[in-house]
Formats: sequence, structure tokens, C-alpha cells
Amino acid sequence: MDRRAFLAASAGTLAAPFLAPGKAEAQSAARAETLLLVQEYGPNSMDMQGIGASQPVNGVALNCYDRLVSYKKVPLPDGGGNTFTLHELEPELAEGWQEASDGMSVTFKLREAKFHSGRPVTAKDVKWSLDRAVSIGGFATTQMNAGSMEKPEQFVALDDKTFRIDFIRRDKLLMPNLGVTIPYVIDSTTAIANSGGDPWAKEWLKNNVAGSGAFKVESWKPGNETIYVRNEEWWNSRPKLRRIITRDIASPSTRRALLERGDADVSALLPPKDFADLAAAGKVKVVGVPVPNGIWYCAMNSATGPFTDVRLRQAVAWAMPYDKIMQVALFGRGVTMAGAQGGPTTAWPQPFPYNTNLEKAKELVQQAAPGGITTSVLFDAGQATVAEPIAVLVKEALAPLGINVELNKVPGANFRGELAKKNSPMVINRFAGWLDWPDYYFFWNFHGSNSIFNVASYQNQEMDKLIDGARFTGDKAAYDAAVKGFVAMAQDQVPVVPLAQPLHDMAMQKSIGGYQFWPCREPDFRAFTKG
Amino acid sequence: MLRTIASRLGTALPSLAGVVVVTFLLTRVLPGDPAAYFAGPVASPEAIAQIRAELGLDQPLLAQFARYLGDLARGDLGVSLTTGQPVLADIAARLPASIELTLLGLLLAVCTAVPLGVLAALRQGSWIDHLCRLVTTAGVSLPVFFTGLLAVYVFYFLLGWSPAPLGRLDSFMSEPARVTGFFLVDSALAGDGETFRAALAQLLLPAITLAVFALAPLARITRASMLAALSADFVRTARASGLNGRTVVLRYAFRNAMLPVLTTLGMVFSFLLGANVLVEKVFAWPGIGSYAVEALIASDFAPVQGFVLIMAILYILLNLFIDLLYGLVDPRMKEG
Repeated sequence: MDRRAFLAASAGTLAAPFLAPGKAEAQSAARAETLLLVQEYGPNSMDMQGIGASQPVNGVALNCYDRLVSYKKVPLPDGGGNTFTLHELEPELAEGWQEASDGMSVTFKLREAKFHSGRPVTAKDVKWSLDRAVSIGGFATTQMNAGSMEKPEQFVALDDKTFRIDFIRRDKLLMPNLGVTIPYVIDSTTAIANSGGDPWAKEWLKNNVAGSGAFKVESWKPGNETIYVRNEEWWNSRPKLRRIITRDIASPSTRRALLERGDADVSALLPPKDFADLAAAGKVKVVGVPVPNGIWYCAMNSATGPFTDVRLRQAVAWAMPYDKIMQVALFGRGVTMAGAQGGPTTAWPQPFPYNTNLEKAKELVQQAAPGGITTSVLFDAGQATVAEPIAVLVKEALAPLGINVELNKVPGANFRGELAKKNSPMVINRFAGWLDWPDYYFFWNFHGSNSIFNVASYQNQEMDKLIDGARFTGDKAAYDAAVKGFVAMAQDQVPVVPLAQPLHDMAMQKSIGGYQFWPCREPDFRAFTKG
Repeated sequence: MLRTIASRLGTALPSLAGVVVVTFLLTRVLPGDPAAYFAGPVASPEAIAQIRAELGLDQPLLAQFARYLGDLARGDLGVSLTTGQPVLADIAARLPASIELTLLGLLLAVCTAVPLGVLAALRQGSWIDHLCRLVTTAGVSLPVFFTGLLAVYVFYFLLGWSPAPLGRLDSFMSEPARVTGFFLVDSALAGDGETFRAALAQLLLPAITLAVFALAPLARITRASMLAALSADFVRTARASGLNGRTVVLRYAFRNAMLPVLTTLGMVFSFLLGANVLVEKVFAWPGIGSYAVEALIASDFAPVQGFVLIMAILYILLNLFIDLLYGLVDPRMKEG
């Protein structure tokens, strides 16, 4: 290009952004088969089993890999899409399965399927993948252990298409745990060939996908953009959309503007206020699914500090401004957890029998700490959009009782460290367990094994007995009794006050259909439709 | 000239060494445990310890430093935990985006600020002087994220003149073949007019936002140093000698007034390069500022160290470049 041509081109281009865009027709055909999703941040790896994988990596595992089983889809009441039930499994890579007569193993028959490399999926690949998940350490191994899958010896490849899992104990969570985004099936031959000597090909799988799933990763620019393209050879019926572009857009205002202007098709993770506004405006579709097994809560340290006195914990539960929290912090995007009547049920989460009643709260504080107390409440700066208004409301509500609360906001990297110290008197936080059983939630949050999620450091041997009983019993009546038992204890002892069950919100154009919600909370590209 | 460059680079070495030590120590002193952060939501203490060992964080500080220096000597800046990629690759991918944006923003700012400042100095107290004052006050007092969001709201959301603030290129376009990493240059080299237009359209709004911010100090300095130059003896002499106004202003006053403007320009440039985080966030610009801030929030040491080091090197080179420019603008500076 000579100087004159360059100058002419530049002059033309300076005016270009203010003219109608060219080639619009050519692009529109591609657009009809492409979904543009904007999100706060994208995957930091392609390997959900690897250490340090971030939340969006679940989406890679979900869409680019297959598991042995998946969950039955359940339509949402408002028709916005589907959620799931963990209590009914559907075949994915396993065509079918049979539990042994002694109830101590299960044998899977694999379907004819091909990896992206063209190699057939065999039982050897399944074994290698599950061996990897239980051996690699970190989150993957912890999640496998939650379903009593602990040792590689439990996984047996009988022949190319037959695979067996031996149980080390009967655990109702084992089968559902095979459908989460950890025990996905990896093309072991390809992974090992590229591993450079590492038995689990950690480095290679971090940057490459070797699955059999419905989508392949076309390009991945960490911190910027990930493009998925349909796997035309997938064993199941082809997804409707050919390409999925996910862009990482940090500013929620920009994400909202993109959606409202119609430039983005789907936006995940906006502040509750934006979802409430978008839902009210009605220009785009907002689908909210109550997060299964998830609540926003205010925990009180029952092992150290002022809240070791149960009367003070109950006082806080009576003083909590439940309605205001729902309106001001969550903008209605949640399910209330206050004012239960008629005793505990077997559901979780379920409302506690408290509502805002300052008289009762004052009476309890008078008994326990007539002189008043000064304390502090800890929350994560990364969740401040919701947690900070809650903390302010809690501070306001407790001040008239003589409980003076200081706010302690810490950035994400420090928050986990603070939780691990287990000395914060009050914490505002949210928790959601992937496996939707009350005993699973209680095991992490209230059991005497005192995991990092037992933020209240609650210790109660009676409750431990009930939790352990519920986890491993096969008897329905005994299970129900145990669940009601530990829920009743939690309601009476209030180590945490449940504030609300949050909605997992997703905003999308009205032309977008087929939204599917899974435990990992990442959108399922296989199900989306457009137009 | 070459000797000047070599000696200047030589004196920069101690400062670089200082930067290396300070960034290493700073990132270690910062609160927060990267191992706990990256162990994920249901990590056991053993899992956290395992990650800590993997990151080498269980070693004594001196051993960590020795390891860091060794890696540095091999050009290895470590691996970012937030993106999972080598820091050098991340920075190489993102630096051109930041530089392209900053350069264009600065170009726009200079093209507006210098004439504005010169005119304001020539016509003191006139409407253009007031305009200059208004623009500089607005530029300094409006926070960048506010101007950015306002620009997005008006030009994209309401008017629809500007393309979607989706980063450097529309999602449905492909990047030009990489030569310099600057999309404008690369697409022009490839002769791809459509990509050039698209990239420029994406660039314009964030660049203007930056320019509004950078304009203020430049216009103020131009005006002030122009006033000083215009009241200097040599200008009076030139006028008395009957030279025409144009020659006096442009050749004598302006050239002498340029030195402080150049200094400010250098400072504004290096400041903008790292500090336009907010513009990058609003426009989803895959630049280096937001990269460093995100790493800092996650206690991700390697990118923060890499960022500070690269910025220090850039700053040193930039200062050198500005000093060499002095010599061109004002031959008297060559000796110093």
C-alpha cells in the first residue's frame, strides 16, 4: 500500500464507525448459528480435574467432555428452561448399568462413541479418567471422596465396553457423583502420548481438550475469549448451535448494555439489581433457578467469642431484617428463609421458624448480655454486591439491641484464610453443595469434623450421629427421622441464620431457548436454541 | 548518541535490580494465601499444603528469591495462576493492546491539548482560554470510569454510533495476521480495510475516554510554558526586530515551550499505560492493567512481579527516548 492509498484509506476509515456496518448480510447467517455469551471471567484451564481450576472450567468439562451418566431434566415452572433432579440418572457414555446382587459394585455398558481424536471410547479410558480424578489431589479428589470413590483399585475395566466400580461402602451419593463435572472421560491414549512423561498429563490437558463431548474448543485466549465449535461426530443428536463465543467482560454495566442492545445473546452473573431491572423491563428473558442446596447465611461462632451463648444466637435470629435483606440486598432474586411453621421437614434448604421480632430478641439479649457486646462481621469483598448490604442491614438491626457490629470486608484471597482461622465471631457467606441432599449440606457445614465450611465451628455429637446416620442408611423412614432431627437441632441452636436461598439468574434474548441448569451452574451449550 | 544511550542504560541497571528485589518482597508481604485461594471451594488442609509445596511457597524466602532470580535469568517470569499461562506470553499478548490504546489516546490528547494550550496562551482571557480551563478542569475532575461509562451509554447504548464495547474486535471478525500486535498496523499491512475499520471503531471510544483524561495536564503545561516563553526576552527581541507573529510564535516561543510538554508527555504516557485499568474494564479491553489488578486481587505473585518489571523496563526506555528527543527539540540539551 503506497502512501496515498494509505492516507485515502485512513481518511475513509475515520468516518467509518459512524456509517452503517458493511457485510451485515454475510455475517447474519453465521450469527444465526452462533451464540455470544458474555461473562465476568472465563476459564483459567481446560482441565477441571487440575488443581486451581476456576468456576468457568466446569463449562469446559460439561460441554467438551462426556460422563458416564447425567441427570434427568426437569422443566422450570415458568417455562424458561430446565433444571434437574439428582434422584433420577440418565445414560450418557454408559448405555446402561446394573448393580450387583450384593449391592457392592455396579457394572456399566459403554455406548459406541468417538473422541475428538477419532479414537473409540473404551473402558480403559474411563478407568484412566476416574483413576486420575481420585489421585490428582485438590478439589477433584475431594469431590470424588464425597461419593466414596477413594482408590484407583475401585475402578475395573472388564473389556473394551464394560466397566465396573467396586464400592468400599454403600453410599447413595456414589452414582449421582458420577454425573458432576469431575469424573468426565478423557482420551487417555492421546493425553499420555502428549504428556511428556507426566502420568496424568496435567500440563497438556490444562491447555488442550481430549474429550468426546458435543463441543470442541476452537480457540482459547485466557482472560479474553473462548470459542467452542460443535463436534459434528458426537454420538448424540447434534446441538442446534454451531459455534459458541464466550467473551470475558469484567464490567457488569457493560454486560448489561450489550444484552439490552441485543449484541450479546446471554449474560451470566449480573448483580441482583440488574436482573431485577431486566426482568421488570421485559425486553430480555431472565431465568432464575433457586440454587439447589444453597443459602446466604449469617454464621455465628459457637466455639469462641460472644456467640457461644445460644441465647445470643437466637436473639440475632429474631432480630434479622429478613424482608429488608430480600428487598435491598437481593432485590427479590431469592427465596425467603424466615417464618417457618409446623416444624421441620426433610427438604433443604428450608425456612427456619424465626421472623423479625425485636421484643423477643431484646428479651434474650437482656438475659445473656445485659451490658451489650461489641463484635465484628466478616464477608468476602468478591461477593460484596450482596454481602455488603446484608452486613450493613445486620449492623443496623443489631444496634438497638446493644450489639455493636463492625464490618470486616476482606478480599477473596484473604477470605478463605480468615475462614480457616475459625475465629471470626460473625460471617456472612453463601454455600451451595453440588449434591443436593440435606445430610451432604450438614456434613460440610455443621459436622464435628469441622471442615472449612463449618464457619460457625459448630460441635454437637448428637447432631453428628444423626448426620452420619442419614448419610449411610438405606431405610427411608430412618433417613427422614434423622434429617428432621438434625434440622430441628439447627433451628433451635442456630449456628447459622439462613437469610435467603439465592436464585441463579441468567439473562438472555427472547429468541434464546433451551436453557439448562446443572449443579455446576455453568450453561449447557448442547441444549441452547436460537430463533 | 550511542555513547549516551549505553551510559544511560548502564545507570538504569541498579534501578532494575532494586525493582526486582522490591517487587519480590512486596508480593510476599501482601496478605492473602494464594494456596488457599487456588485450592478451590472444598479444599482440605492437605490439599492446600500440597498446592503450597507445588508453588514453592513452603520454602524459606531466600530460597524462593534465588529460584525467582534463576528463572528470571532464563527469561522465565513464571506462570499465572489466574490464566494458567506463562506470564511472558500473557504480557506479550496484552501489552500491544494497551500500547495501541494508549498511543492513540495520547495522540488524540496531544492533537487537542497542544493547539488548545497555545491558543489559550496567545489569547489570554478570551473564550478559548476559558474553554481550555473548562476542558482541563473537567478532564481532571471526571473519573475515567465515569467518562467511559457515560461514553458507552451515550454513543453505544442510546445512539448506537459506536460498536459494542466487546474488546479489540467484534466477535465475528478474525484478528489480522500478527506482525506488531497492533491491530491497526497489522490490518493495514495485510491490506485488510474491513478489519482496520472494525479495529479502529472499537478503539475510538476508549481512546477518546483516555484522551479526555490525558488532555488536562498537557493543555495546562502547554499554556503555562507558552506564557513563560512569550514573556521571555528573546521573544520581545524577536518581535522588536520586526519578525512576523507566526515566526515568533512557532519558531521561537513554541519550540522553547516544548520541553516541559515533552516531559509531561512521557510521564502521562507511562502513567496511562498501567493506570487505564478502569477504561480496560469498561470496554473489556484485554490490556495489561486489568491483568495486573486481577492478579493482585487473587494474590497471584508471578504476573504482578512480571508486570512491575516490564513496566520498569518500559519506563526506563521511555525516559531515554524522551531525553533523546530533548536533544532534537533543543540542541542545547545534547551536552547535558
